[in-house]
Amino acid sequence: MKEELITLKIDNKEVKVKKGSTILDAARQANIDIPTLCFLKDINEVGDCRMCIVEIEGRRGFTPSCVQKAEEGMVVHTNTPPIIDARRVILDLIISNHKIDCLTCTRSGNCELQDLAKKFNIRDIEFPGEKIEHTIDDVSPSIVRDFSKCVLCRRCVATCKNVQKIGAIDCINRGFESCVSTVGNNSLNDVNCTFCGQCIQSCPTGALHEKETISEVWEKLKDPDCYVIAQTAPAVRAALGEEFGIDIGTNVTGKMITALKRLGFDKVFDTNTGADFTIMEEANEFIERFTNKNSVLPMITSCSPGWVRYIEMNYPELLPHLSTCKSPHQMFGALIKTYFAKKEGIDPNKIYVVSVMPCVAKKFESTREEMNYDGISDVDNVITTRELSRMIKEANIEFKKLEDDNFDDPMGEATGAGAIFGTTGGVMEAALRTAQDILNKKDLDTIDFKKVRGEEGIKKATINIDGKKIKVVAASGLANAKVILEEIKNGKADYQFVEIMACPGGCVMGGGQPIKSSKVRAEIDVRKLRANCLYSIDEKSTIRKSHENIILKKIYKEFLKSPGSDIAHRLLHTHYVERKKYKINN
Amino acid sequence: MDEKVNCTKCKCGKEDKFLKKLFTIYKPNKDNLIQMLNEIQEHYGYVPMYVQQELSEFLKIPMAEIYGVVTFYSRFSLEPQGKYKISVCLGTACFVKGSQKILDRLSERLKIEPGETTEDVLFTIDQTRCVGACGLAPVFTVNGEVYGKATVQDLDKVLDKLLEQEG
Ligand code: SF4
Ligand code: SF4
Ligand code: SF4
Ligand code: FES
Ligand code: FES
Repeated sequence: MKEELITLKIDNKEVKVKKGSTILDAARQANIDIPTLCFLKDINEVGDCRMCIVEIEGRRGFTPSCVQKAEEGMVVHTNTPPIIDARRVILDLIISNHKIDCLTCTRSGNCELQDLAKKFNIRDIEFPGEKIEHTIDDVSPSIVRDFSKCVLCRRCVATCKNVQKIGAIDCINRGFESCVSTVGNNSLNDVNCTFCGQCIQSCPTGALHEKETISEVWEKLKDPDCYVIAQTAPAVRAALGEEFGIDIGTNVTGKMITALKRLGFDKVFDTNTGADFTIMEEANEFIERFTNKNSVLPMITSCSPGWVRYIEMNYPELLPHLSTCKSPHQMFGALIKTYFAKKEGIDPNKIYVVSVMPCVAKKFESTREEMNYDGISDVDNVITTRELSRMIKEANIEFKKLEDDNFDDPMGEATGAGAIFGTTGGVMEAALRTAQDILNKKDLDTIDFKKVRGEEGIKKATINIDGKKIKVVAASGLANAKVILEEIKNGKADYQFVEIMACPGGCVMGGGQPIKSSKVRAEIDVRKLRANCLYSIDEKSTIRKSHENIILKKIYKEFLKSPGSDIAHRLLHTHYVERKKYKINN
Repeated sequence: MDEKVNCTKCKCGKEDKFLKKLFTIYKPNKDNLIQMLNEIQEHYGYVPMYVQQELSEFLKIPMAEIYGVVTFYSRFSLEPQGKYKISVCLGTACFVKGSQKILDRLSERLKIEPGETTEDVLFTIDQTRCVGACGLAPVFTVNGEVYGKATVQDLDKVLDKLLEQEG
């Protein structure tokens, strides 16, 4: 069917757009910018803040362009002096309620409110008035909420409620006291929040951000007795460059390693190698479950801690489906503190492992009491991609101009399979590459399982291995996870292997990644660019199957014996607990 | 919804008959939220947190959304409300005429802060904005009954009477 087009005039320019487009869409298509604040494409289209108002000839007053559909023959003005004045009044009101703190705010330089203030040339505060004092919620290990910087756009509420289907935050109270908060106005730590961090990604301001733990890293880097090791997740290299003005989806692995070494890390390792271990253990666990009649199937992957927290709180009865494998950086941390420490003759108590992750839930994960061996924690600190970029800026390193470097031996080279862990479908694909070889007992050429690639939230495929049909599903985003869990709960699951990631699109779109403005998100498919970066790293790798990783083979031979061995279980596997959703007392 | 159970302090953990009945009368439809909350408020005298959680599971609405509704409408409360709700107006007219003193006296005598309820669930202190009786300022109300041009002595008298009534 041919799309129906309509014609309208915006600022004297004739624009042809698809029927059903909003005036905002139409204007952007014609390269006419309209400021927005509460609008977040496909997620929050409510027309609340009125920052995007325009004038439509023949209509009284102003109309919010983010919700108003374009109509044939409409004549629209977007930037007349009265419109600008009206927008300025709206902005003045918002700013008068805002704790203006730009010099010390995590979002300074990447804040939609700050941008608007700049755009409107705000020079003083028009309505200084009574402000409510809000306590800052920094109880959880992952997320900080500072309501004094909230503009009540509700982008976070819509993200949490509709995209993730969690609903941990909502508008509470009324009038002057209304705000975005949780059940009982409690900390996110004490409600059904999964720490996925998607709300941070949606927030235009500094009202939501990660719990920053950079200063501890600096302390350890200063300490000559401390052996500080960094490991970096696959998705970090596909996005870190963005914080330094490099194009989205550029692979900055080499520069990232150089920067980490300049910061003073004693070693820089690749979490992708950890991912190769995860694949070995997970593929093995799957084959065991698949070939043993009475095992629990389908098996679900466990490398996304936001997802793990979700199932622990919402479907504890399905926990036996969860693979017992730790996530890659936890496995890798455990190996660093045992195998590597012994090999290099370093006291594991003196090693400080910093994981650089695209994720805020991993901050919580590393504090779980299961994540240690003989009382020595696998990982000592988790910082996000954003936090690493801040450290690099603090150290005055000109990232763009850095040379490339390589990951350190002996935990160096990872496979392409490890790289694609950072995108939805990647864990599945990596596991299948290994599982098919084990089941077939030979090295097969099938490398690309394209059916589990792509942007859909739920991807199903049937794979033929050694005459056996294996049905697999990859789901990303917790709303999609819920669909799969309901199928399993109701006995409607006819598949055997499920990959779930908490963030829509997988780790490349994790809660700790560089934050993109509403406008960029509407115009650019960020997920695709970052995911393609990982797929091309995979394609260019000489080794693309986890079980062929040279260092991995060596460590199994010298130390772990075989996947699923006793020692592998103690170091690389974990268990789960049922969690209460709310702390309530009446 | 006649039989009044004193659920406010009960932590016996036994099945809540009222809720069970409520969940059979109503269909699990989002649109029933307000109506069900009305019945819950009426029955318990407030909307207990655990009831909000059960309601959230029944209606498949996030609990935070329900909590948002409960905190939005003044007819719902999160704490048990006393048999007597004494509200002191702190609107401009009343404040100028010294209503703060009345409020302070009330807190002092009942040993609770504004917004709280006494242990025996007899009294709740409330502070309000202008109740539209400025001509009578300062004003306080007991379960809606207005006491105008009030003094601390008037309050004492009212309190003494109520305490005597309740034994
Ligand atoms: S949220 Fe934005 S405007 Fe507010 S203090 Fe932070 S940078 Fe400044
Ligand atoms: S971290 Fe995730 S679950 Fe928690 S409030 Fe934010 S979006 Fe909701
Ligand atoms: S916390 Fe951020 S996203 Fe949520 S309503 Fe406030 S400003 Fe908007
Ligand atoms: S009303 Fe359009 S951006 Fe808020
Ligand atoms: S100020 Fe108290 S009734 Fe108006």
